[in-house]
Amino acid sequence: MLWQALTLQLGYNATLVTLGATLLGVAAGVTGTFLFLRKRALVSDAISHATLPGVGLAFILMVAMGGDGRSLLGLMLGSAASAWIGLLCISALTRRTRLAEDAAIGAVLSVFFGIGIVFLTFIQTMSEGRQAGLEGFLLGSTAGMLYSDAVIIAVGGATVLLAVTAFRRPLSAVAFDPEFAASSGLNVPRLDLIMMGLVMAITVVGLKIVGLILIVALLIIPPVTARFWSERVTGVLWVAGIFGGVSGYLGAALSAIAPALPTGPVIVLVSFAMFALSLLFAPARGVLAAVLKHLSFQRRVHVRQGLLALAQGQPIYEKLTLRLLRRAGLVRADGVATSDGKARAAKALRDETRWQMARSREEFALAATFYDGLTEIETVLTGDQINELDRLIGAPKGVRP
Amino acid sequence: MMGEEFVALSLTPMLIGTLAAIACALPGNFLLLRRQALIGDAISHVVLPGIVVAFLITGVIAAVPMMLGAASAAVVAVVMIEAIRRLGRIEPGAAMGVTFTAMFAGGVLLLEQSDTSAVHLDVEHALFGNLESLIWLDATGWASLLDVEALAYLPVELPRLLIVLSVVVLFIWVFWRPLKLSTFDESFAQSMGIRTGPLGFALVIVAALAAVAAFDAVGSIIVIAMFICPPAAARLMTNHLGTQVAWSVLFATLSAVIGYVLAGYGPLWLGADNAVSAAGMIAAVSGAILALTAIVGPHRSRSGAPAEE
Repeated sequence: MLWQALTLQLGYNATLVTLGATLLGVAAGVTGTFLFLRKRALVSDAISHATLPGVGLAFILMVAMGGDGRSLLGLMLGSAASAWIGLLCISALTRRTRLAEDAAIGAVLSVFFGIGIVFLTFIQTMSEGRQAGLEGFLLGSTAGMLYSDAVIIAVGGATVLLAVTAFRRPLSAVAFDPEFAASSGLNVPRLDLIMMGLVMAITVVGLKIVGLILIVALLIIPPVTARFWSERVTGVLWVAGIFGGVSGYLGAALSAIAPALPTGPVIVLVSFAMFALSLLFAPARGVLAAVLKHLSFQRRVHVRQGLLALAQGQPIYEKLTLRLLRRAGLVRADGVATSDGKARAAKALRDETRWQMARSREEFALAATFYDGLTEIETVLTGDQINELDRLIGAPKGVRP
Repeated sequence: MMGEEFVALSLTPMLIGTLAAIACALPGNFLLLRRQALIGDAISHVVLPGIVVAFLITGVIAAVPMMLGAASAAVVAVVMIEAIRRLGRIEPGAAMGVTFTAMFAGGVLLLEQSDTSAVHLDVEHALFGNLESLIWLDATGWASLLDVEALAYLPVELPRLLIVLSVVVLFIWVFWRPLKLSTFDESFAQSMGIRTGPLGFALVIVAALAAVAAFDAVGSIIVIAMFICPPAAARLMTNHLGTQVAWSVLFATLSAVIGYVLAGYGPLWLGADNAVSAAGMIAAVSGAILALTAIVGPHRSRSGAPAEE
């Protein structure tokens, strides 16, 4: 069953939904990266919650006009309209009053959602409303989906992805450095508007699959995950798109195999699992990498201090230092330095003496900023400079009788 | 509205809604000024997995384990947001988004996987609450308020919220000066010897407590709305913290009462037969108040600073 789901053999509708979720995931990952880099990730939360009154109102209108109100296209249009109004409210609140953006986001999110709930409870009392299934828009439901709806989702996902691809260059320029983008002739406010339009399109297409409460996860989690794998804007865009696509694909396929696996939460949890793995194991920024880096730093400090102690003939009591030196073959089991150890110790002491001299002289002030007790001085200064230091230190001289 | 019917059917839900609204709006004032307004949003999402896990462990729907579960979920979420922010060097908004969506998704999945058909626990209940069902059947009129026997059958949410509200008020009253100082000028507060870190954490915990208690009675949508809308509207009315808190309490009360009345009687006035969701209507009224203050509030724009373009 799982294998069939993953290889798209669970029927035509499930295949279309899975493909739509994959395309949507890629588009959401890429668009979310722009939002994330602009530090506006949570605006998408307000946009997605603001779709609910539109869904309800569209249903009521369609029923009033004599339809059955369940046309996915009509509901999507309604949701887009009310999301747009929500967005306008956020920008009006932040621009015209002294409220911060987070307060505006929270206010729009909760108020629009509340109005939406009022509409939903009203719809439940309508005779046409009993089987409306509008609750499915809260958490997403792809079970028992109509063929036409599945087609809309697949086509919608592809369209959004195309739009994102078309605008990716100017949008990434703005996301990376808005001031520079503006000075190089890009219309930043209009591009911000396009970005929000894309977010809205993703929300609207994702309503039926992921549901409006969780759609924000598709826009936030993949970019945050991708940030662990790349330091470059294009890199983050690619990785976020791939992560988004994989979570859409795996999530939709997994949820198709059992009725008690709602699509939205499964997609979000797949996405979160990839985030957790990246947080722990990403090569440069992950927790494991940070721990390893810390341990290797600790080892270098211990070896260095141990060598200095050896060179000055001081006994070493620190257990970790002793163990590290012994493992490197620098001291014997009884704590006495080997010939290799003596050579390295002498080198370390000479290094340290040169550093002390360099730090006390004004002409080496710049080089002295590299001193951290570990860096070898040869990697910072030229041979001539080191000779100069040695001259200042002075060679060992005999004592006159 | 006859007294008998009103006391039995409307008085308690209205009171509970008002208490929940005030309990959330009070800490909301400080969260708003500290630019942490969305903490309420995050907390109300993560309460769901906490309650589901508590139910799965104990097997019953009881107040104490569910409150404990919800409170520990809130603490887990706060710790997780901090961990993601520090370990991954991720901006706080995104860290919050990752945390609450993942925890909410986990809660929904657990709920769908476990057999909760026998008990009243579902996602919709968690979102909208069920304010209308908190009626006081033993009341026969205003006289029941003095009748000890009838008072014993008040919905348990009422005394519980009363206790939580007193805790919130007590916290803000006792820590008024340190809270005020650390909210407006954190480094000055530190120089006065105030430990701003623990104080900020305590504020979040108190907010979580209010959110959990209110959530149980009225659902998460009111919780988010009341954390933000009344304080935001109050902020546009005044420049003084004390006055702002007073306005926010007034706005919260107005939202709860007007919202409840509109939800219960509004449709009847319009000729429909059934009431609509009180929770949704209360949130909508609080939004209307915020919109009104945003248009005519005396301190709506930044004073002295040019409008941001």
